[in-house]
Amino acid sequence: MAAKAGELPPNSGKIFAFEGKPAIVLRTPEGEVRAFTAVCTHLACTVQYRADLQHIWCACHDGHYDLHGQVLSGPPPRPLVEYKVTLKGEDVIVSRA
Amino acid sequence: MSVQDWLNERLRYEAAQAVLEKKTVPVHRYAVTYYTGGITLFFFVVQVLTGLLLLMYYRPTSDAAFESVRLIISKVRFGWLVRNIHVWSANAMVGAAVLHLAATFFGRAYRKPRELTWISGVLLLGITLAFAFTGYLLPWNTLAYFATKVGTEIAGDVPIIGRGLMVLLRGGEDITEATLSRFFGIHVAILPALATVLLGVHLVLVQIHGMSHPISVRVTGEERFFPEFMLRDFIVWVVLLGGLAVVATLWPWPLGEKADPLAPAPSGLRPEWYFLFMFQTLRILPAHIAGLEGEVVGVTLFALAGLVLLLVPFLDRWAQRERSHPLVSALGAAAFAFALLMTALALVKGM
Repeated sequence: MAAKAGELPPNSGKIFAFEGKPAIVLRTPEGEVRAFTAVCTHLACTVQYRADLQHIWCACHDGHYDLHGQVLSGPPPRPLVEYKVTLKGEDVIVSRA
Repeated sequence: MSVQDWLNERLRYEAAQAVLEKKTVPVHRYAVTYYTGGITLFFFVVQVLTGLLLLMYYRPTSDAAFESVRLIISKVRFGWLVRNIHVWSANAMVGAAVLHLAATFFGRAYRKPRELTWISGVLLLGITLAFAFTGYLLPWNTLAYFATKVGTEIAGDVPIIGRGLMVLLRGGEDITEATLSRFFGIHVAILPALATVLLGVHLVLVQIHGMSHPISVRVTGEERFFPEFMLRDFIVWVVLLGGLAVVATLWPWPLGEKADPLAPAPSGLRPEWYFLFMFQTLRILPAHIAGLEGEVVGVTLFALAGLVLLLVPFLDRWAQRERSHPLVSALGAAAFAFALLMTALALVKGM
């Protein structure tokens, strides 16, 4: 389980441990819940959700990813790997896609 | 028999004294650069002494490292001063080593017969940077955690050996307690051993060959190393020690937040000033260059630049014939200008 649904209001994200590595689960401004690896594909920093930009951002080298994990700008060479999200009542469950 | 005679019979120090008395230092308008090596050595000695004191309280585990540094700066008597001097002196040592490198490079001090002095010096600069990199992680704070993550990831981009090097440095795939204890061992045992041997070689070579002087500069005379030059060296060291104490007292080095592997990388994250030029270069390189990942290209170019720096005495054919060619100076100046420009860009962007 990655989070409780109540922890994820629209336009927010949360970092959690997935198979021992940081992963991010987020709720888009439209209300959809998605999860990705939180390990930046550039130099492996942990990314975060930027509510002001409404997308994923890596602070280390200013890498930007959209809400599908695709690179918007900056040095990341590859998109973030997306995980499968299942909502079971209050629980947000993340597994490999 | 006097104590002096007794000691001399056993230690033969009069022989060393005779050598010392014969040693001279050239006098010319750039003679001030001769202090840069001694200054670097002084900061190294400060690092060893303050490092030994920190070792009494520091604990290299992910649970206790941060807390032990907090204890040093808050509870241990004068611990804050020792830790601040250690951090400031580390920065000053890197600065002094870079100045020393610039002085010897532009003065062509690497020319025959001092090629090995240059090579041992460049290796010592590498060891100094390795000291800085490994020491940075030891307080186990957020900045150090991510700086090490990025730094070891960059090591992973070195062609062929990169992946193995990264796992070797980290003690696994990720930055964990294994990385911390590994960095601790490297910082307090392996690097000091290497530095002691190389420093010994470097200083013996300096004694054998004496001080070099720039090719095109007119030498106006010579002065004795002992006691004139050495005493002035000491005066510089005393002034620097006073300066270190003032800086360490007025500008304490922040400890930051304890590292949390699940926290996102903090904004404004950047390495120490001496790695900024590499950080900025990697930041502005495009994601792909000629079908290769940009960071791999960048890291390969930096590795090549390091190799060129090491082999400068053999590449500069003019200096071997006692000629100071402007092309060599121009290339050196361009390299320094590039590093300065990238550092300035990183500082401006980070604000």
